[in-house]
Amino acid sequence: MTVGPITAIQPPREAPDQAGVAPFGPKPRRISAGRIGIYAFLVVAALFFLIPVYIMIVTSLKGMPEIRLGHLFNPPGEPTFQPWADAWLHACTGRDCNGLSPGFYNSVKITLPSVIISIICASINGYALTFWPYKGANLLFGLLVFGAFVPYQVVIYPLIIGLSSVGLFASLPGIIIVHTIFGMPILTLLFRNFYAAIPVELFKAARVDGAGFWRIFFYIMLPMSVPITVVAVILQVTGIWNDFLFGIVFAGRSNWPMTVQLNNIVNTTTGVREYNVNMAATILTAAVPLLIYFISGRWFVRGIAAGAVKG
Amino acid sequence: MAQNGTSVSIQDLSLSFGVVTVLETLNLDVAEGEFIVLLGPSGCGKSTLLNCIAGLLDVSEGSIFIKGKNVTWEEPKDRGIGMVFQSYALYPQMTVEKNLSFGLRVAGTPKDEIAKRIARAAEILQIEPLLQRKPAALSGGQRQRVAIGRALVRDVDVFLFDEPLSNLDAKLRAELRVEIKLLHRKLQNTMIYVTHDQIEAMTLADRIAVMKGGVIQQLDAPQTIYNRPVNRFVAGFLGSPAMNFIDGQAETGATAAFKTGNVSIPLARYAFDAAGNSSGPCVFGIRPEHVALGEAANAMPFAIDAAVEIVEPMGSDTLVWTKLGGQNFSFRVEAEKTLRNGEPIRIGFDPARASLFDSQSGNRM
Repeated sequence: MTVGPITAIQPPREAPDQAGVAPFGPKPRRISAGRIGIYAFLVVAALFFLIPVYIMIVTSLKGMPEIRLGHLFNPPGEPTFQPWADAWLHACTGRDCNGLSPGFYNSVKITLPSVIISIICASINGYALTFWPYKGANLLFGLLVFGAFVPYQVVIYPLIIGLSSVGLFASLPGIIIVHTIFGMPILTLLFRNFYAAIPVELFKAARVDGAGFWRIFFYIMLPMSVPITVVAVILQVTGIWNDFLFGIVFAGRSNWPMTVQLNNIVNTTTGVREYNVNMAATILTAAVPLLIYFISGRWFVRGIAAGAVKG
Repeated sequence: MAQNGTSVSIQDLSLSFGVVTVLETLNLDVAEGEFIVLLGPSGCGKSTLLNCIAGLLDVSEGSIFIKGKNVTWEEPKDRGIGMVFQSYALYPQMTVEKNLSFGLRVAGTPKDEIAKRIARAAEILQIEPLLQRKPAALSGGQRQRVAIGRALVRDVDVFLFDEPLSNLDAKLRAELRVEIKLLHRKLQNTMIYVTHDQIEAMTLADRIAVMKGGVIQQLDAPQTIYNRPVNRFVAGFLGSPAMNFIDGQAETGATAAFKTGNVSIPLARYAFDAAGNSSGPCVFGIRPEHVALGEAANAMPFAIDAAVEIVEPMGSDTLVWTKLGGQNFSFRVEAEKTLRNGEPIRIGFDPARASLFDSQSGNRM
């Protein structure tokens, strides 16, 4: 667009309809075509993701006869929570018909220790790599980050051999160790970058004050790490909860997480396919990560955005 | 001032990171109760030297003595030092009181002793109303006061300041400068103060160590450094507005003179440095405030006609730019003096107040 030197200093094009009004205070906002386009796109995108969710919810509240009518978008005529109860307590995975609830408790038993242990290890790693650099620290960090790019499938077989040789294959400790190891690269990177943004003078001041490795970590660094810890918790909880591959390989039949159980319920081929129960079971499985996002989304953004900490 | 013995002694200190040498066989003795300022441009190694004294950096060679004790391998906390940083470095999650007491709690000091020391430090620094606040709720000046307090409560022999005022605005900086000077007079501690601000150095120091490239260029009282800089770097670094430098040639003999273009400045009154050259290509330096104008210029041993080129009023005085021997030359006049551009003037100065530097080495002649 070419704008001559004279038009450049003229008021914007909206001005003529306020003829005689000198510009004063905030510039009046206009809805432009671009804005409308952005909103239209956002609405379409939201619908794209929300329609399947809507169908899942209405279907899970319908009885089987109503589903057979085939009106996918209709709200339930006679809402019933029976499919939810069935999904939780009675749905069949192969021969057992205990519903999803054992899987839920298994997932909790796997997720809680894995999240806690991996975050503790990663925060200490990140702290040591940032403030107590030793010979080869950068190499170690490089290797660790490289680990984030190793495809899981490559290491599964060696891991099975390794774990079974120490008797931890197909056990709860085994799956927890696997999740902790695989969380290490990304979490260490996260914590290291967070600590690297903390002014090193803070660390020096603590050294002059006589604090050592652990005291500086617990009294000064950890209290400042709340935002990044929230990010790490969200990443790990959703990652581990949603995991299917490691769960089915390393947990053992008695510890199968919720995702594996869900798969078994949905894929059970005997009898009628109970769409309403399947939908309810899927929503139940997705509920935990969803809840985490809703509760801590605000914290997530704050933690990611937290750069330099002003002291 | 009670100066009995050496407080900090640095002997043949070297520090290099790989192939980069930051400090080179540096020697420095700081007397008990002395206020010494390490002054230099960024990257000159002054902060590195301070970190070595604090024990936050391992030295490559040499040793450091504090109060006669070799502390080269000691931890920072065992060296009897307190340190104040440019970015304040207050622990953000602790209240001011907890910030002050952290070091004492680490050392396991009894509770009533901690309370006593905090009360004393808070009184000296006038931060009593702030004790229960978090650092985020303090202004820059208050934060730096707390940071000084953190060094104060530890009852140390030596205070180390790492550009403590550089993050503050000009007004606060001037205020806290005076407070630090008062604090030094009250405590009589040894203080080592790193700055790149020559005004801070001039106003605070008993002695200034001007550093460049990891080497102390000159270590002397502020007035000596200002009036008799040992080389061109020191001369140019201290003083604002900066010293005038004129390239030319020095001639010895019965009529020793400095010649540039068709100007000849007699050097009969100039005190040549015994160790330096006295002839050859050199730089003639004179500070803007040592130049006289008009009637006063005629009374000087050297005077010359010139023309005003640019006038820079600075409020308290005015800086006037002109040409001398075809080279830029500035001098100071009172603010009341009104000079117009192009106005012919007569300027003069006493070569005894000038400095001559060898063009090659930059050393004083």
